[in-house]
Amino acid sequence: MPKDGGIGASTKRREDVRFLTGNGNYTDDINLRGQAYVHFLRSDVAHGLINKVDTEAASAMPGVLRIFTGADFEGVGSIPCGWQVTDRFGEVMQEPAHPVLAQGKVRHVGDPIAAIVAETYMQARDAAEAIEYDIDELPAVVNMKDALKEGAPKVHDDLTSNLCYDWGFVEENKAAVNEAFEKAAHVTTLELVNNRLIANPMEPRVAVGDFNRSTGDHTLYTTSQNPHVIRLLMGAFVLGIAEHKLRVVSPDVGGGFGTKIFHYAEEAFCTFAAKALNRPVKWTSTRSEAFMSDAHGRDHVTKIELALDKDNNFTALRTDTYANMGAYLSTFAPSVPTWLHGTLMAGNYKTPLIYVNVKAVFTNTVPVDAYRGAGRPEATYQLERVIDKAARELGVDPIALRRQNFITEFPYATPVAVEYDTGDYHATMDKLQEIGDVSGFEARRKASEAKGKLRGLGINCYIEACGIAPSNLVGQLGARAGLYESATVRVNATGGLVVMTGSHSHGQGHETAFPQVIAEMIGIDASMVEIIHGDTNNGPMGMGTYGSRSLAVGGSAMVRATEKIINKAKKIAAHLMEASEADIELKDGAFSVAGTDKSVAWGDVTLAAYVPHNYPLEDIEPGLEETAFYDPSNFTYPSGAYACEVEVDPETGKVTIERFAAADDFGNIVNPMIVSGQVHGGIGQGIGQALLEACAYDENGQLQTGSYMDYAMPRADDVPFYTVDHSCQTPCTHNPLGVKGCGEAGAIGSPPAVVNAVIDALQSGGKNVTHIDMPLSPSRVWAAMQG
Amino acid sequence: MPQVNMTVNGKSASGQIEGRTLLVEFLRETLGLTGTHVGCDTSQCGACVVHVDGKAVKACTMFAAEAEGAEVLTIESMAAPDGTLNTIQQAFQDHHGLQCGFCTPGMVMSAAALLKENPKPTEAEVRDYLEGNICRCTGYHNIVKAILAASGQDVSAIAAE
Amino acid sequence: MYAFDIERPTTIGDAVSALGHEEAQALGGGQTLIPTLKQRLAAPAKLVSLTGISEMKGICTADDGKLCIGGGTCHADVAAGAGAYPALADLAGHIGDPAVRNRGTIGGSLANNDPSACYPSAVLGSGATVITSNREIAADDFFDGMFTTALEDGEIITEVRFPVPEKASYQKFEQPASRFALVGVFVAKYPDGVRVAVTGASEGGVFRWSEAEAALSANFAPEAIEGLSVDGSGMISDLHGSGDYRAHLVAVMTRRAVAAAH
Repeated sequence: MPKDGGIGASTKRREDVRFLTGNGNYTDDINLRGQAYVHFLRSDVAHGLINKVDTEAASAMPGVLRIFTGADFEGVGSIPCGWQVTDRFGEVMQEPAHPVLAQGKVRHVGDPIAAIVAETYMQARDAAEAIEYDIDELPAVVNMKDALKEGAPKVHDDLTSNLCYDWGFVEENKAAVNEAFEKAAHVTTLELVNNRLIANPMEPRVAVGDFNRSTGDHTLYTTSQNPHVIRLLMGAFVLGIAEHKLRVVSPDVGGGFGTKIFHYAEEAFCTFAAKALNRPVKWTSTRSEAFMSDAHGRDHVTKIELALDKDNNFTALRTDTYANMGAYLSTFAPSVPTWLHGTLMAGNYKTPLIYVNVKAVFTNTVPVDAYRGAGRPEATYQLERVIDKAARELGVDPIALRRQNFITEFPYATPVAVEYDTGDYHATMDKLQEIGDVSGFEARRKASEAKGKLRGLGINCYIEACGIAPSNLVGQLGARAGLYESATVRVNATGGLVVMTGSHSHGQGHETAFPQVIAEMIGIDASMVEIIHGDTNNGPMGMGTYGSRSLAVGGSAMVRATEKIINKAKKIAAHLMEASEADIELKDGAFSVAGTDKSVAWGDVTLAAYVPHNYPLEDIEPGLEETAFYDPSNFTYPSGAYACEVEVDPETGKVTIERFAAADDFGNIVNPMIVSGQVHGGIGQGIGQALLEACAYDENGQLQTGSYMDYAMPRADDVPFYTVDHSCQTPCTHNPLGVKGCGEAGAIGSPPAVVNAVIDALQSGGKNVTHIDMPLSPSRVWAAMQG
Repeated sequence: MPQVNMTVNGKSASGQIEGRTLLVEFLRETLGLTGTHVGCDTSQCGACVVHVDGKAVKACTMFAAEAEGAEVLTIESMAAPDGTLNTIQQAFQDHHGLQCGFCTPGMVMSAAALLKENPKPTEAEVRDYLEGNICRCTGYHNIVKAILAASGQDVSAIAAE
Repeated sequence: MYAFDIERPTTIGDAVSALGHEEAQALGGGQTLIPTLKQRLAAPAKLVSLTGISEMKGICTADDGKLCIGGGTCHADVAAGAGAYPALADLAGHIGDPAVRNRGTIGGSLANNDPSACYPSAVLGSGATVITSNREIAADDFFDGMFTTALEDGEIITEVRFPVPEKASYQKFEQPASRFALVGVFVAKYPDGVRVAVTGASEGGVFRWSEAEAALSANFAPEAIEGLSVDGSGMISDLHGSGDYRAHLVAVMTRRAVAAAH
């Protein structure tokens, strides 16, 4: 291993130094000369007809440069959706327009009505209050089932209804599934809500648009997880700017969790306005604004049924889900409840027959899209909850029921269209029982009971599909983009390397982990490798970071490019040593000729590539720079088993997490420290979803949780230390690193563990409670205990 | 516009402000000290924590005018002049106590205030003290561990990396 | 925020005269007012910051044994310096978070009278006296419903005087998001009887639970209030708990406060 850390080393993160000293460069830290500021006047009603927006008085306010309304965006493109779902009747989904600024109607609280650009942010905000606007409030639809009723108010008048699509998966299996339910020895049914969440990266979104009139070049600085995707979506579909005239930069980004994947109206606005005003235009979201303008997550209402035979084998699974799309289709919204959810309904189990129905619904709420896990947490939650309920109904051990139904042979083709390449679910369950000290639970329960507390243990498994995604497959499924990743590896003359990756780091530690891979491949110090990301002018077209894909797809592209580098370097080395290329070996940063003591150092070869005096110019070009695009041949399938122990205060309903253990199989691991950190963070968010977080609207579409005063974020004292383990490793069979991805696992695996544990605690206290919808707040748990 | 004068990270600092100028705006925009962050507008997230006259405060919930004459320390003051990380900063790096880095300046400033008041806090005391600092990345595990380590306590028994 | 001027007087007299101007508003620690201003829910033309008035800061014991706390004293200083009244120090030490406690003041909290704030329960539960720039107000006369007090325009809380009880305790059940009191109960046992003040729960703001006071005055033990309950219909009902839940918690927290009183 290279002395400062190759694959498998818990190398300390190099990016930490700038973050710890206040020297990060986040988008809001960027201020351009002559910059103006925009404030968006946002709708305070959920649904309404815009009669009038009079900006005359406001335009005369101090510092105001120009006020834009929807009329200024006539002829400008709609904010596009990147995924088209085909419904169970073969029809494509209903897809409404999404203007940059509202035109004719407002459709959710927070929908932008006007944008005020002024010399200062305060002037823009002051002027917003002088805009005279008149909106006829219309009845709003908030509840999805109400939205689908005959005669319900329509969010989009030009659509036939509020139904985006009615998706059946696998439609051909439906009859066989229904038949299996007829024959079942036992059927367990559960109706549940996967609560609407707000991603809440700690850095609010920011956009700075810039335009150079003399060159016609646009630049957008934005808090994005995928600047290349923003360049394509905004340039090609909204503003009509060719990519070579549009640069998108996402510098240090303070967390994303999915909500910074999407292309947002504010990005398009700042880019548009910078040209219109010939000045840089900056927007910084406040947190309150983020609550009503960042895409939300989850928000599924589901009925799930599990059929078992007399021996407790799962024979069929049937689900019926309503998925909230909000008022417009955010970038990847249609894919979340379908291809990221339906395809995972087999979980870790060999259920032979599965049918998933999803109705996606427009409502007068903020658009809903991917949030950490995106579809997979929703699948895992309902499946692992219904299995737990079945175990209780049947009076069998929930771990044993799971083990009995585990998939054990790989590759395994599920009845929901995916093929798991590898896994070992008994191994992760064994590991979980060990690290979670499951056998010691009863003693801990007695100790809790002695204190007057109810103690519960919740166990569950999860599987996810990561390494998103094979382009030809997702193309068939409706993706309007490829999902490969790219890397350019540039070797400098003196041997240092720069990797330009299409992946984007917003906390994941790529700047540290990616060099470990190259260090291992070449046998040099990781400190000789620098990672560049987040700038469309610096590197090839890339697809960005989400879906636990960066190492599995972006890392693989980097490996492929590095392999090309090594192959070329070997040719140069062969020339320098007057040997046959086939005999050249690369080890510990030196090239040698097999069976001889001849060798040249890495730096001698790289120097020869750039100072080609003694160089085979007739055979190969000078220089040492290679690009690779890697398109995965399958998803990766991380899996694991989680255990949560809770105490419930029977007097108040308050739940405390006493222990949490996670045994994951991520395949090979590059940096164990970073992987553990990813799992910790995911568990923190999963506990948040299970106990604390809920985005709530009232019946008029008013956002009731508009700030941290009402939206409960997990704090340090809401969580314990976690015990995590990733020593169970079944390497991915189809990518060069054998890695699977770890970013979302914690958020996927933890909510059912928490809820299963609370139900276990309540039942141990004699309460006949079989389900409580998340978040399991004290008041909800107390209410459930009252029967 | 009135003028405000204060000492920031040991240097005198002054500038024109409005009455409504927040301390964090003065630090970020007038002085260019962008290490102090703004993550919310309800005084809860703590990304903006700085020290004013030795006390941790939220720079987003204090007017610049109220810091007249005060000694203000920000994250930019924490490392040695040669860039060497201080004990708390080093512990955060050693124990992976940060991911995206956005809450980190506030976390470090709060941790510094805690350890000044309570040099050997328990795990529960650390968690309690961080009530006003929200992190969305780490699940707090490694933040709490880093602060315990920075206090000189043995953290080897806390679940591995 | 709307534009406004800030003044920083150094004496109570200067502060009172500064507040004499129309649309002037006092600024204590600002931990509630500043977020309110950010949302443009208030539009003062002038803020009079009270943080520079040293005569309004500090803690001492009066000749009659009462604990006197300057209106401009921050929560952290009360937590550290009100050892003579441990339940009060404990309450102050759990308001908000450490950074908030370094700015927020007792006078500011009382003047705002947020229905979920902690301090009003201590003042009412102790039968304290609120001293203002021009008079003394008994706790029972001070609180007048949510966000409303007996204070007149321009009147500043300069000091609060707490009679120190034999034993007392404050038990707070936190709202999970804001961490304000979903229900907080302050119980104080004095030689002449027990006072029980409840915050967070009622639509009418902080209130005394007189039934519990009577029962506890007769027998200061948790079981003394078994069977007693407050009516859920007058309680706040919101996302975080129904009126019935809050009513239930009032009894639970009262029992716990009695058990914990010292």
